[in-house]
Amino acid sequence: MPTLFGSGIKRREDPRLITGQATYTDDVKLPGLVYAAVLRSPYAHAKVRKVDVKAAKAAPGVLAVYTGADIKDRVVPVPCAWNVPNCDLKVPPHPLLAHEKVRYVGDGVALVVAESRAAARDALDLIEVDYEPLKAVTDPEAAAKPGAPQLHADVPNNLAFTWVVAGGNADEAFAKAEVKVALRIVQQRLLPTAMEPRAAVASYNRGTGQLTLWVTSQNPHIHRFLCSVMLKLPEHRVRVIAPEVGGGFGSKIPCYADEVLACLASMDLNRPVKWTEDRSENYQATIHGRDHVEYVEMCGDRDGTITGLKTKVYAGLGAYASTAAPGVPTILHGLMYSGAYTIPNIHGTVHGVYATATPVDAYRGAGRPEATFLVERLVDTFAREIGKDPIDVRRKNFIKKEQFPYTVATGVAYDSGDYHGTLDKALGMLDYQAFRAEQEKARKQGRYLGLGISTYTEICGIGPSAVAGAVGFGGGLYDSAVVRVYPTGMVRVYIGTSPHGQGEETTFAQIVADEFGYPVESVEIVHGDTESTPQGWGTYGSRTTAVGGIAVVLAARRVKEKAKKLVAHLLEANEADIEWKDGAFVVRGSPDKKKTFAEAALMANVAWNMPAGMEPGLEATAFFDPTNFVYPFGAHLCTVEVDAETGVVKILRYIAVDDCGPQINPMIVEGQVHGGVIQGIGEALQEIAVYDAQGQLLTGTMMDYAVPRASQMPRIETGHTVTPTPVNPLGVKGIGETGTIASAAAVVNAVVDALSPLGITHIDKPLTPARVWAAIQHAKGNGGGR
Amino acid sequence: MTRPVTLRVNGATRTAHVEPRALLAHVLRDDLDLTGTHIGCDTSQCGACTVLVDGRAVKSCTMLAVQAEGSEITTIEGLAKNGDLHALQNAFWEKHGLQCGFCTPGMIMTAVDLLAQNASPSEAEIRHAIEGNYCRCTGYQNIVAAIQSAATTLRGAAPARAAS
Amino acid sequence: MIPQTFDYVRARTIGDALKALAAKDGTKVIAGGHSLIPIMKFRMAQPTKLVDIGHLAELRGIAEARRGAKIGAGTTYRELMESALLTERFPIIAECTAGIGDLQVRNKGTIGGGLAHADPAADMPAVMLALDAQLVLRSKKGKRTVAARAFFQGAFTTAMAEDELLVEIVLPPPPRNAGLAYVSFEQAASGYALAGAAAVVKRSRATVAACALAMTGVADHAYLVKAAEQLVGTKGEPEAVLKVAAEAAAGVDVLGDIHAPAEYRRHLAAVAARQALGKALERSKK
Repeated sequence: MPTLFGSGIKRREDPRLITGQATYTDDVKLPGLVYAAVLRSPYAHAKVRKVDVKAAKAAPGVLAVYTGADIKDRVVPVPCAWNVPNCDLKVPPHPLLAHEKVRYVGDGVALVVAESRAAARDALDLIEVDYEPLKAVTDPEAAAKPGAPQLHADVPNNLAFTWVVAGGNADEAFAKAEVKVALRIVQQRLLPTAMEPRAAVASYNRGTGQLTLWVTSQNPHIHRFLCSVMLKLPEHRVRVIAPEVGGGFGSKIPCYADEVLACLASMDLNRPVKWTEDRSENYQATIHGRDHVEYVEMCGDRDGTITGLKTKVYAGLGAYASTAAPGVPTILHGLMYSGAYTIPNIHGTVHGVYATATPVDAYRGAGRPEATFLVERLVDTFAREIGKDPIDVRRKNFIKKEQFPYTVATGVAYDSGDYHGTLDKALGMLDYQAFRAEQEKARKQGRYLGLGISTYTEICGIGPSAVAGAVGFGGGLYDSAVVRVYPTGMVRVYIGTSPHGQGEETTFAQIVADEFGYPVESVEIVHGDTESTPQGWGTYGSRTTAVGGIAVVLAARRVKEKAKKLVAHLLEANEADIEWKDGAFVVRGSPDKKKTFAEAALMANVAWNMPAGMEPGLEATAFFDPTNFVYPFGAHLCTVEVDAETGVVKILRYIAVDDCGPQINPMIVEGQVHGGVIQGIGEALQEIAVYDAQGQLLTGTMMDYAVPRASQMPRIETGHTVTPTPVNPLGVKGIGETGTIASAAAVVNAVVDALSPLGITHIDKPLTPARVWAAIQHAKGNGGGR
Repeated sequence: MTRPVTLRVNGATRTAHVEPRALLAHVLRDDLDLTGTHIGCDTSQCGACTVLVDGRAVKSCTMLAVQAEGSEITTIEGLAKNGDLHALQNAFWEKHGLQCGFCTPGMIMTAVDLLAQNASPSEAEIRHAIEGNYCRCTGYQNIVAAIQSAATTLRGAAPARAAS
Repeated sequence: MIPQTFDYVRARTIGDALKALAAKDGTKVIAGGHSLIPIMKFRMAQPTKLVDIGHLAELRGIAEARRGAKIGAGTTYRELMESALLTERFPIIAECTAGIGDLQVRNKGTIGGGLAHADPAADMPAVMLALDAQLVLRSKKGKRTVAARAFFQGAFTTAMAEDELLVEIVLPPPPRNAGLAYVSFEQAASGYALAGAAAVVKRSRATVAACALAMTGVADHAYLVKAAEQLVGTKGEPEAVLKVAAEAAAGVDVLGDIHAPAEYRRHLAAVAARQALGKALERSKK
């Protein structure tokens, strides 16, 4: 019987989404619903002398107005949930509403609740705040300098932490090396821009003492936990529902102040409260991504052997330590400094720095794109320095297929890989020699063609809970599933992960249907509601399939095991003689003695004839805690032509060959790659969050922040190889972030390659026409690049 | 001060009592319970709020409901006829033209207008036509494929109708 | 995003709209609303009253006028692109309009609304300057015609008085055998022009007999490039074009922002000018 695993079937979540029948948070309506709006600071850094809410309170339709002073003793400040150890981490209090000081443009100052959206918005204009402006600093390197404006009382030099990763002896390697290269890389601030802005609908019932929160969340169980802490409500009285969620990319992991404030207001008013952010609010008050200033070095020998890598990184955290923020530029970044290579000596220092800007947290790839980018830029720079083909240098230093599992100098053990395989395949798709010949010809005509390579690996499928504990993550990183089989044999599966576009309602149903010999329609995947789903940790870090999916398959197999025992009993056969064949349990040697899974389900549920000691019913719960992370990998190639007159970069071809192990649904895998790659291309070419000297966000709307549009983006050519991971029984790895992790490096390497005849060795992303043009002018003026 | 505004929405006459400042997008969502139309930006960029007003794709967050008084409005909820999905809806499903689905209703409504103007758009024409609809998930490739596929279906259907 | 409250009236005639404007009480005209509504949502504009001219048939349409064309101010961008008359006689309008906003914005946005808004980076003003369009303004007191070349005065500032309404755009006939071209480099996020150039070139045999070049996106308002006259009498050789293009931002206070520092924008202006002139020359041969 054909298996569903590996089949690119249409998605089961789509019918509701293409007909407008899906329910996103802002679509939720409840009787008596009222609306909240947040007054946000127009200053990046200021003392709050006085907040006068009299006029706002008196305005028509206004039900309540809260200031920071009103609530500070009623709620616990927003917690940081990833307290990375051994780095002297300082987490200053993050009030839900600022009361003494505001620390970024967008910091919440007051909350209004009113009978209508319009009344709430109107009342914001009636609140008078007396600010005493202070100096702003938004750049992480500048913020760490002595004399910079200080954000928090107990954080000298705004230094949140200094984290070190070391393996081998980098100083010695650099001292001995024949060749050293160095770059200063700015990995710009990005705005995650999930298309659905954040929203919350909180409904507290005084009679039952139960709080229900519909919220734009990637991880409702984490939201439940953090809400309960902040509101000082017992966790079992909090129900969190992440209904349809319109993309997250990391920005919907944190539990934000405004979401909790909606709960507080609902508890006070005994009415449901809805809060929905505008896009401009989203750009100010929802987390940003990246924001590194990096000094990086690589050393090696003239034969192409890489022997060492060093970094010093200033990682911007923004004004406060957001939920997962300290872990992103450390655990998820520094541990990946070896990339796909055997670099024996590594030393990395990461300074986490507070600044008067929006908090930074996990954004698609979260730390790993920054790692891949700096490693891949360095490999290219090193290859150029020694006059070797960057392909050859990569091949020479790759961890070889037979070396896995392989522990790199940073201490993490890569599970599996075949880096030569993906690179060879990608080069074949490109026709490498033909491109180099074309490039040579173009150069003679004064045209600038370039090829960029990014051979990445990344750490995902996070991860073992013991590791989570050891690295200070304030939760587990296992995941869970309940498989419940109804009397008619129909199946509902309740999962602890919380997909929001990644398609697991389909892929998980494929896995379960295969186990039971069912069509996919017989299985329903339920997620997002803490009331019905088992404790889980959500969807991020490309963990949903590699962790949550395994819990699903384990629960399904547990159920099937019980069904098999029951069938043996019913058919009066020895359990050892029952085999699963063509979608049914069959007694070996007696093909007419068989029962389908559905028949077994009925008998289990009616329990008329159970074997001794077997409980009625047919359901199972599984928690899966992996023994290691998984490390998908691949080779991305990008060819570009740069118009030297205008600085415009045109992508000619983009080839992505990825290996995420066996693919449950290749159509969905390809979709993840497309989206991820385009996000990285956006990062490489056009996306940047810009602050001015006063800390004003100049890219505060989509008029100035260049989210990639269809007309600006290329087609992606995809390919894959299959290297199963030994870490889980399906052999699957994550694919949600690989595209973004790989692609920015490929694009920037291509542009630098194109412009290398001018002596250009580096340009900071995004490679906007203005920046590329300026670099060319600079190179021409100097007779060389910078 | 509210006033009655009467619209023809998905073939039915609907009246909402709203202020002049009420945006069409808000009225569709909050007053008429048609939440398939989404709001993703403040500046007329993202297109999540796209609906058809008198047959043409319009960003309903940049239109006052009072401006639409007397107009014929089609939202994503009104696109399927008698339970049969529109060719574009089917094609988006078939070609994996959506992930989180938030941009999808607006994207489809824009594509309806495009295909009404141009039955055989090239890839470049499609990409140009949907540049006012942002998608952060798909990288657009499968959206383009979906619109091409729907165009083929609709072209195939047209002569068949003429023949019958 | 919710605007401040305001009163709203739908004009049934141009007279209704002119009457409302005559009160000079902060009443704003709304047609497509694509310039006004976004700034009202941010409460950067807070008119107390809107008079809606979006449904006035008398403001819409494109017609032949003395071998040129006249365009009702309420005509949408889409209608401009669909007009056979404009496509045949002024193909530069479709060339420019295709890059304005996006499909939905072009469905609703109007040429008059865009011109009256006078965004420094809007595309159409440059085309109007190059074509020497005449803008017909009406108020309760009467009617006057202002040349586009005198209309744009600064960022979001025009020659229009508070009580006036732009009702029609009159395009004089294009010179025979003229070549028209619009070239722009777009800001990646907004789609507005970092630098846009509109060129109209007429030849007499091989020699350039007339040339107009207008720029947008470069300074606080669209402007005509004086140096374009220098092309007259030449054969449009690359050197002559380059010389004119090099003057595209001469004497102008060039804008600089996060998307394009002034130095780069000045350079782009020259490139846009050269490309537009080049295309116009090419087309003028036909």
